[in-house]
Amino acid sequence: MKGSEAIIESLKAAGVEVVFGLPGGMVIPLYDALYDSDLKHFLVRHEQGAAHMADGYARATGKVGVCVATSGPGATNLVTGIANAYMDSTPMVAITGQARSDLIGTDAFQEADITGITEPIVKHSYLIKNPKDIPRIFKEAFYIASTGRPGPVLIDIPSDIQLADIDYKPAGKINLPGYKPTLKGHKKQILSAAKAIAAAEKPVIYAGGGIITAGAEKELMAIAKLMKIPVTTTLMGLGCFPENNDLSLGMLGMHGTGYANYAVTHSDLLIGVGARFDDRVTGKLATFAKHARKIHIDMDPAEISKNVAIDIPIVGDARDVLAGILAELKTMKREPRKTAAWLDQVIAWKKKHPLHFKDEKGSIMPQYVIEEINRITRSDAIICTDVGQHQMWSALFYTHVKPRHFVSSGGLGTMGFGFPAAIGAKVGCPDKTVIDVAGDGSFQMNIQELATAVCYDIPVVVCILNNGFLGMVRQWQELFWNKRYSATVIECQPDFAAVADAYGALGIEITDKKDVGDAIRTAIKAKRPAVLDFHVKQEENVFPMVPAGKSIDEMIGGHKS
Amino acid sequence: MKHTLSVLVENKPGVLARVAGLFARRGFNINSLAVGITEDPDISRMTITVDAEEHPIEQVTKQLHKLINVIKITDLDPDRTVARELALVKVKSDAKTRAEVMQLAEIFRASILDVSKKTLTIEITGTYEKIDALEQLLQPHGVVEIVRTGRIAIERGEK
Repeated sequence: MKGSEAIIESLKAAGVEVVFGLPGGMVIPLYDALYDSDLKHFLVRHEQGAAHMADGYARATGKVGVCVATSGPGATNLVTGIANAYMDSTPMVAITGQARSDLIGTDAFQEADITGITEPIVKHSYLIKNPKDIPRIFKEAFYIASTGRPGPVLIDIPSDIQLADIDYKPAGKINLPGYKPTLKGHKKQILSAAKAIAAAEKPVIYAGGGIITAGAEKELMAIAKLMKIPVTTTLMGLGCFPENNDLSLGMLGMHGTGYANYAVTHSDLLIGVGARFDDRVTGKLATFAKHARKIHIDMDPAEISKNVAIDIPIVGDARDVLAGILAELKTMKREPRKTAAWLDQVIAWKKKHPLHFKDEKGSIMPQYVIEEINRITRSDAIICTDVGQHQMWSALFYTHVKPRHFVSSGGLGTMGFGFPAAIGAKVGCPDKTVIDVAGDGSFQMNIQELATAVCYDIPVVVCILNNGFLGMVRQWQELFWNKRYSATVIECQPDFAAVADAYGALGIEITDKKDVGDAIRTAIKAKRPAVLDFHVKQEENVFPMVPAGKSIDEMIGGHKS
Repeated sequence: MKHTLSVLVENKPGVLARVAGLFARRGFNINSLAVGITEDPDISRMTITVDAEEHPIEQVTKQLHKLINVIKITDLDPDRTVARELALVKVKSDAKTRAEVMQLAEIFRASILDVSKKTLTIEITGTYEKIDALEQLLQPHGVVEIVRTGRIAIERGEK
């Protein structure tokens, strides 16, 4: 068997069904083997698209996403996508071709040291030097990518390794002496956490993407209900706790809801689960939840006390740990009214500081578009976004009720992520409505993937909140830089509907508020890729907002006037 | 505060780059680094000395643990550790001063590796401080070149 065929066998052994990629000289042998295989390959128009598609596929399905690129520029084009997956802990395997083994280090044609380049942004990487190692390395790569705190793993394969003849044997047992993720939480710590929760009068659960990774939504809900604890989620955690539940506080942080930020600030116990106390969540560290004891449950020991000192750390799988805490709580004496006054306070904050926006006559408000998407899809679509204002409006004004239904670039904040991620999500979940909410700036960063969507008939609906600006930067310039809109005005804008049409997708331009709902319904019903170009109010801001370096209860625009 | 980290790693290509890169990314300056295989040929030991406070060193240790090829990390307690470095010092010395330099070497239990008309090359093993002390005494004669290994260290006792 050829090395390239061994790669296909190894992918199949790992349960891979789909691969996103683009060939080049150093992966011709691999693509030749792919030609005869049952694996479904999606040819992208830019390798960055392939990486984001694999990422979106992984987030929507929970399976490992796979992308392929050739050596040199193909591999370097994956870099942003790999970094994005790393920051948001997405399981991904990136396969790259490499120059022939004997040419490595000679500046050969299309040679790039991709294992070196990606070293800080992968969970692990391999450069295959012996074709016999192919089955083992692939097995390890998928194991590492998908277990513990998930992340991207890169496998770099010189072309001669793909061509070599090997005696294929399926990989044996995995032996990684340096990789043993802690799954089970420490019993004593679990008990301490349960005691602290039972004693708390003003507790808040702060839930992140780790809940979704671990599939711990039920355990989270059970604890929140049993102990009557309000729950706020991070951007990555949206959907892990249904926002239509009375205990939901929505998102916290820089653009979090007023009530979430006030609740965290005034809490006496903060229970962080699968979240990493990121600076966009904490604001000024010194005042973050300053009255609260802090419990932190995380898979990754390096996240414990990284930014915020923790009183009760528990390393382990969120589902296992929460189940342990729940079991302890059930055996304890509980006072059902212990948090009653606190919940009344939360309700008062919700009434006083609701999410809101001012409707303006003659304008389409961007928040209104999100509300319409929410209404029409009955909060049941997979929503993908890039980064910026449209992302925050999608986070705030859509009702997130299910896990794996919000696919957004959180940690890296990548413009151009949403659309290819939406394609990946739709490939993984063909029965779901998949909406990509985009900015007019960010959509153009991977607009070429319209060809991929049309070619494979992947009916994703792109909703551009077109305000003619790089909106989030413009907002900062307006608020903190004397409205000096340096390079944030997008002066030359294509006709997006016409562009969509030229690619063979459905394109609709919407300039009147009354057409918003119809356009969304038409696009969803069309069952083909569609681009909706909503001309929204240009200088609208995302509120509430915590200015950089401020405490999270020092919000701008948190009050309804 | 100076820390000596003893790190067991899989003996695989790229491991040194991963470890060194991690220190650089987190803003640590590695003072010394020594790598060699252990009693198990599949496992190497890196002995790394860094200057850092407690919190950042804990963070870098945790990050190191996340590297798949890193098996074990020990932040060695100086009171319970024997540490050695080796240095080769080429010092100016002719017939007039040779006896004096050799006497200095003898006091430090260093050995003479090479002699030329104008130089002596001395091998010294010991703690960081001992090597520094000899170097300072040799400076007035004119140190031509000094080559130092990184620190290696082992815990005292049976373990």
